[in-house]
Amino acid sequence: MVDWVKSLSKVLYVDLGRKVSWVEEREDLFGKWLGGVGVAVQLYKEEVPRGADPLGHENAVIFAIGPLTGVFPMASKVVAVFKSPLSGFIAEAHGGGRAAATIRFAGYGAIVIKGASDIPIYIVVDGEKVRFRDAGALWGMRSSETVGRVLREALPGAGYRTIMRIGRAGERLVRYSNLTVETYRHFGRMGLGAVFGSKKLKALVVIGKSGFKLPNVRAYREVYKEVYELARGPLTKKYHDLGTAANVLPLDKLGALPTRNFISGRFEGAREISGEKLAEENLARRVACLACPVACIHLAAIREEYEDERYFYKTEFVPYDHEPIYALGSNLGISDRFGLLKLIKAVEDEGLDSISAGVVLAWATEALERGLVSLKETLVELRWGDWRNYIRAVGYIVSQPNEFYKTLALGVEEAAARYGGAEFALAYDRVEPAGYHTGPLYHASLAIGFRHSHLDAGAYAIDQSLVASGAPVPSPEEAVKQIIEEESWRQVLNSLVLCLFGRGVYTKEVVVKALRALGYEADEQTLAELGRRVYLEKHGIKFLEGFKPEGIRIPRRILETPTPLGQVREEFLKGVVSYYAKLVRDYIGDRSAG
Amino acid sequence: MKRLVVVDSNRCVGCDLCVYACTNRYGYVGVSKSAIHVRSAGGIERGFVVVVCRACRDPPCARACPVDALVLRKGGGVVLNPSKCIGCGFCVTACDIGAVMWDSETMKPVICTHCGYCVAFCPHRVISLEEVG
Repeated sequence: MVDWVKSLSKVLYVDLGRKVSWVEEREDLFGKWLGGVGVAVQLYKEEVPRGADPLGHENAVIFAIGPLTGVFPMASKVVAVFKSPLSGFIAEAHGGGRAAATIRFAGYGAIVIKGASDIPIYIVVDGEKVRFRDAGALWGMRSSETVGRVLREALPGAGYRTIMRIGRAGERLVRYSNLTVETYRHFGRMGLGAVFGSKKLKALVVIGKSGFKLPNVRAYREVYKEVYELARGPLTKKYHDLGTAANVLPLDKLGALPTRNFISGRFEGAREISGEKLAEENLARRVACLACPVACIHLAAIREEYEDERYFYKTEFVPYDHEPIYALGSNLGISDRFGLLKLIKAVEDEGLDSISAGVVLAWATEALERGLVSLKETLVELRWGDWRNYIRAVGYIVSQPNEFYKTLALGVEEAAARYGGAEFALAYDRVEPAGYHTGPLYHASLAIGFRHSHLDAGAYAIDQSLVASGAPVPSPEEAVKQIIEEESWRQVLNSLVLCLFGRGVYTKEVVVKALRALGYEADEQTLAELGRRVYLEKHGIKFLEGFKPEGIRIPRRILETPTPLGQVREEFLKGVVSYYAKLVRDYIGDRSAG
Repeated sequence: MKRLVVVDSNRCVGCDLCVYACTNRYGYVGVSKSAIHVRSAGGIERGFVVVVCRACRDPPCARACPVDALVLRKGGGVVLNPSKCIGCGFCVTACDIGAVMWDSETMKPVICTHCGYCVAFCPHRVISLEEVG
């Protein structure tokens, strides 16, 4: 056993029902599966029974980090695995901020949260001590930002801690509510906020102050220096300069920027909400996740005069990235930058996944336009570009004053099932899509994706390279191969756990070097096999939970709106899904019967 | 002689790579042995506070030490003599800027030696070494 595994193998279990916690040494898991998603999926298998209700006490949330966390630059993410209340199946979300290294230096490789509390609580993990605290005073608080501020001031450990919390959306079980980390980062997708809410868990605070002795300092420093230089160089410059918002203009130019509920891939207001314009006019500060020199987190400042008093101003900070710009900007026809930032802020305060929220609102706008619903349902006039009314609607999604908004809180699939308009209800497997309309491979990757993030397999990049080279779109079988190969390798990165913005820094060669410096006998072949195994394990669990990809609904809108590679063909997507299903079923074999 | 200075804390992005570099001097990873501390200035949007030893000419930490374990360093600041140190922690309390850190494994203070190892790992030129007379 590699010694380094021992530094990582403590798993903290917290049972919210009984209000107890304990630690188990799990060298077995960390030795075999490295960490991160590899380990989290195995813990999920142990903890969550097949028929568990995602919002019931049987569901568990597993946070896991990996051998490189806090040790090498850009190893800055935590993987969360849980059963999603949006999709109904095992799901995964990643979060940054100060969470990853802090969990590491609190002494844990993973934290398992199980059971459900009878009263609102929050948990404080301070090294070896775990405290259950009454969250009565925090429950129902209007802004998740305020919750963070209260906890920041009430608790010790400034500079050594992470504060993860949900907003009101999570409390009220909106199926696409998120878990916010350090105010501006998120475990964004798949409804982790609602899982916290169902457990009456308002926040998880971890304080980590320790360190670990390295097995070979000289070897470590050599690789560290190399990685550090790469991580602050041209490979990550895009993320440092404009952040992910750098994508807005190139995607628009390509005709791949989803606009007004994917009716078009071009937005006439793209320039106004571009990374360039935001940086020039609104960017106030760039910040980083722990252990990351890149600092891709872009915070805008919005200055606003109170309507009731002249010269009385307030200034608020709003994080922006490509995804909220797409979902709450171009996809809602909003080109007013101030309005877009105000809308993002509203979504942030409530603790909603901005992608799902934007897609749900886009569907509602079109449903109103086409007369499927009326003002009686929507309560406010939802019109492309009208950010003030969208802000009101965001509030209604959370407060749920009528049946319509109660339904919107369940996601776009449920909304379309109830009110119609499935052809323009954008979702794959009940999960609203991330902001690219690059071509068939991207949509295929969403159809068979796990995290429903564009980073699952990065297939938008394959589409873009096809556009550039003019090469023909591969056959479904070939496309599946490409997508799964990439997604499998990313399972290795997600087990270490690295930020995927560092995927260009951490080539296979660099990953091997970094692991060897810590005493792991890794080689590219073994790692690639591990990645494939993790891929099959997690997709396998989803199938065993009853996932049937062949029945997938492909929204007509996806097929109708041309991409830079032309129209996406339904047979292509169905072909991809069927090859994928066969591959996973071959892996799980007989287990599906049990 | 040189001393470590914070050039512009507004450039700090809060990555903590300086903290990790400092701990690494002892062959460790983590935060436990770092003489630098970074924390948000009351919310990340307000930026970060970077706490480093100012290399005082007449350091309160040395005056507070009951066993003379902190010896004046040429160029300012102090050098720790760990075999004299009894771990009372008076030096930590004596430093108003909070630049005397605590190693809870050895139960002794962590004192900045102004070596500048951290400077090489600050990606955004927040800290630097400055010549002092």
